[in-house]
Amino acid sequence: MTVRVLLFASYADALGASELALEVPSGARVRDVLERVKGLAVGKRVPDKPMVAVNQRYARDDQVVSAADEVAIIPPVAGG
Amino acid sequence: MRSAIVARTIDTCSLLREVSGSRNGASVLFVGTVRDLNDGSAVSGIDYSAYATMAERELAEIVREASSRWGTDDIVVEHRIGTLEVADASVVIAVAHPHRDEAYQASRYVIEELKKRLPIWKREHYLDGRSEWVAQGAPTESSGSHTEVAGR
Repeated sequence: MTVRVLLFASYADALGASELALEVPSGARVRDVLERVKGLAVGKRVPDKPMVAVNQRYARDDQVVSAADEVAIIPPVAGG
Repeated sequence: MRSAIVARTIDTCSLLREVSGSRNGASVLFVGTVRDLNDGSAVSGIDYSAYATMAERELAEIVREASSRWGTDDIVVEHRIGTLEVADASVVIAVAHPHRDEAYQASRYVIEELKKRLPIWKREHYLDGRSEWVAQGAPTESSGSHTEVAGR
């Protein structure tokens, strides 16, 4: 299945994209999606265990994702 | 209760008016502004960007938490995104309550939580022409941080 992965701020700059479409096996978990990102030539610039959100909620790395989900890799936040 | 991510100047006084009322004996207004100096570098301005849909949702949740914990619906928060200059307000939190102690505590809770949880980022521009993404010290390396954030 194809999963949509959103990138922001420093991660979007580092990877040169604000959105990725990644092929992962069905039943894949957040950590599997991260593995795919890290497997990209530019993916090394993302830290090992970044914060991730699935459908606009912070998610653990063992959460299962589906093709309809919006996965986002969240750089260190700096609001306020 | 109301919260919003906005791309315009925040009208500080109108937020205060929105929460004030005769039942409330205390109104607390917090205004976060862009500083002219950060880590020794002279700042000329900041670009704020957000994962807007999530930031709106998370901010609304923080306000709901403060409302139920301190027992007041009179909480209004706006966080600005886009290009801000020094001294511009980036975040304004207005809280009113019958008593001051609860008003102060609820206001403090909202600012501390939003700094930890809102998916908002800032790129600082310096007078010498450099610019950098600012990391505010949020945990990024351990998977434990996911549980901590999501569990609130």
